[in-house]
Amino acid sequence: MDVNFAAQINGILAALILLTSFGLLVQKRVYGLLHIFAWQGLFLSISTAVVGYSTGLHHLYISALLTLALKVFALPYILYVLIHKLHIHKEVEDMVNVPTTMLIGIALVIFSYDLMSPVRELSSLVTRSTLAVALSTVMLGLLMMITRKKAITQIVGFLSLENGLFFAATSATYGMPLVVELGVALDILIAAFIFGIFFFQIRTTFDSLDLKEMEKLKEEE
Amino acid sequence: MTGQYYPILLEALQVIIVLLGAPLLVGWVRMVKCWTQGRRSAGLLQPLRDISKFLVKDTVLAHNASWIFTATPYVVFGATLVAGAIIPVVSADLPLAATADIIALVAIFAVARFFTALAGLDVGTAFGGMGTSREMMVSSLAEPAVLMSVFTVSLVSHSTSLSYMVHDITTVSFVLRPSLAFALLAFVLIAIAETGRIPVDNPSTHLELTMIHEAMILEYSGRHLALIEWASMMKLFLFASLGISLFMPWGIAGIDDPGMIPVALVALTAKLALLGVGLVLVETGLSKMRIFRVAEFLGMAFLLATLGMLSYFILE
Repeated sequence: MDVNFAAQINGILAALILLTSFGLLVQKRVYGLLHIFAWQGLFLSISTAVVGYSTGLHHLYISALLTLALKVFALPYILYVLIHKLHIHKEVEDMVNVPTTMLIGIALVIFSYDLMSPVRELSSLVTRSTLAVALSTVMLGLLMMITRKKAITQIVGFLSLENGLFFAATSATYGMPLVVELGVALDILIAAFIFGIFFFQIRTTFDSLDLKEMEKLKEEE
Repeated sequence: MTGQYYPILLEALQVIIVLLGAPLLVGWVRMVKCWTQGRRSAGLLQPLRDISKFLVKDTVLAHNASWIFTATPYVVFGATLVAGAIIPVVSADLPLAATADIIALVAIFAVARFFTALAGLDVGTAFGGMGTSREMMVSSLAEPAVLMSVFTVSLVSHSTSLSYMVHDITTVSFVLRPSLAFALLAFVLIAIAETGRIPVDNPSTHLELTMIHEAMILEYSGRHLALIEWASMMKLFLFASLGISLFMPWGIAGIDDPGMIPVALVALTAKLALLGVGLVLVETGLSKMRIFRVAEFLGMAFLLATLGMLSYFILE
């Protein structure tokens, strides 16, 4: 597999990651979200492995495996168990205008591309063109956290944002040092447990996971 | 054979293929559909028999039908036939392809649709108006997506001329392109909406309330109906062959290569047959969606097409 072909495969995977980001943005069902999130993790993991293979940097294999274990299996499983225990698996989120969200998403992708084009000129890495996709994934994750009202979908948005950061690290510098990556992975795992505890707390206080309820918390003036 | 008559012969061959291939493709789709549903089929030639029967039957006109109503079948048939003379089906070296590029092609289809919509309103029946308003909703959402999708292919091949696009894609060495994959996905969704196939519209429905395209042509009979039916069969054939020539043209005869035409014919038949089976699988697997979900469906097509165009700039 020569470098050019690896870059092409990486391009396809980047495109798929972007597609899954948009999928997360518009998916209404909770289980559907988890599936798309798992797919995004899988593409991310394969992409990291491809970059590791084409550059000969073997520590990327470990990050790929870590991504695979954590983002394809562990996190979706934890969220699945949470959803099951909270009995919200049938909930369908009513969303404000899917087409508008899509258009904002497209504008964000164009913005990221514009922002990243000088970096692309400077960089000499094989993965330089995927940098814009990584930034778009971050932006789309943010957009998802802004547009969604339910706690669980906001968490998925946050995790997909983290996926984007990881992808950015791979495409900008061929991955962070392994120690940093292990640390981040542990943080994410612990974050998932803390989210779980918070979900139950929010649930017992408000009888719902809709974060709009939190507006009741402000003091009357 | 490459004399001065070669372009004329090629063009004539193309038009004959479109005219006869369209009913055969529809017949094939119906046949496969019958097999998957465990029914006996009426045979490959049934659409042709239908058309020839309609052609000899009397035409019944409503009292208040204006000239638009009688002119529409000819306009629709003519526009679709012109589109058929432009899209390279068996050879990239199509003489008339130079007269209109891909944008004009979309406009030609739009003319046909515009007149069908007018005719649906013309007689003043309730179902005609309902079908027209639905068709306009679908087409106004589908058109930007179809343009985005074909522009992505134009960007890759640096041209909007269909003939040149096909030539470029067949001759350049194979590269994995995410942009083309997105454009293809978007194109498939749009083609389903534009040709009125199942998740969007049901071509074989008898229930007026769910009709889109059929509701507009309810008042037609005789030779008018024959022309309109034939035109909509050709539209299916043309969208299928447009998809083939834009996204998987391998096997098509190149420029100045008449010896390849028989091979191209076989390749085309095989590809269309496969596409027909795919279409049947989609149509048996899915049920028709609610009309208000069509907007989301086509929004998705637009998103995919735009992502295709963006990933051309970002990733290639």
